[in-house]
Amino acid sequence: MATQVSTESVEKTIYDGLVELGTERDDLSREATLESLDVDSLDLVELAQIVEDEYGVELKGDDVKDVKTVGEVIDLVVAKAG
Amino acid sequence: MTGSSRGIGAATALALAGDGWHVRVNYRSDEAGAKEVVSRIESAGGSAALWQGDVADADDVRRMTEPGDDGPVLVLVNNAGVRVDNLSPSLTDEDWATVIDTNLTSTFRATRAVLPKMMRARFGRVINLASVAGIRANPGQANYSASKAGVIGFTKTVAAEVARRGVTVNAVAPGLIETAFTEDVLEGDMAKAIPARRIGTPEEVAACIRFLASPEASYVTGTTLTVDGGLSA
Repeated sequence: MATQVSTESVEKTIYDGLVELGTERDDLSREATLESLDVDSLDLVELAQIVEDEYGVELKGDDVKDVKTVGEVIDLVVAKAG
Repeated sequence: MTGSSRGIGAATALALAGDGWHVRVNYRSDEAGAKEVVSRIESAGGSAALWQGDVADADDVRRMTEPGDDGPVLVLVNNAGVRVDNLSPSLTDEDWATVIDTNLTSTFRATRAVLPKMMRARFGRVINLASVAGIRANPGQANYSASKAGVIGFTKTVAAEVARRGVTVNAVAPGLIETAFTEDVLEGDMAKAIPARRIGTPEEVAACIRFLASPEASYVTGTTLTVDGGLSA
């Protein structure tokens, strides 16, 4: 919970989370779309739990429904945690 | 374990504690009953704690399902329920809402709260108490039947949503069980309508819930297990 919320740390958390959910690390970039990475809605629910555990930030369905890329997820978490 | 101060809930709390689970013994008003359950669990070498709260209250459900010193909730038994019986033309809006809120909406809220942690753990068991009244007609219980049929539909869909994360979601549908919940309807020769020719016991329902909560039931999900002596067969 006391983790420093920097873009870099959020990026690492999101990348590690996506790898845990089955994404190849080599496929990850800020520009990669969630669709191209086969990240579905259930994965996003779990990613939201990872973020909540790490930063205490609660991401609801409405928050992520328009998110298309990994970079947008990272920016959303940074904005919410800031 | 919602609604575990007596009846099926108490028997299930004891059974799960016997399998080594720390049990949150929830009750709304029967503190003495819940304390007795905790005492029996501890006397048998198990671990349990009292959790007062009304499942019809969203804030109470949120509080009771949060991870605590005992860790996240990895087995959730949505057992607490009420009946307000009347023929459907005589049911009031309040009769309807009370039963739907307590039996169905609470099941949704508690399940929603615990699923993300279960998914993270790659293990979880949600067991929802339905009823034979949610499967077949039971005149005088339109609200109760609707709530329990809703529980069965909810169970199936949530089970399909989270199955690939090692989380199972099942329903148990008791028939006529000898508890305080049913003592006003168990009369005369009702057992003659049951193929087994007898009323069931809370322990017989608890045994099924215990199985569904166990690692052995890892490939059972989305099902409704009737525990009714053949009543709905």
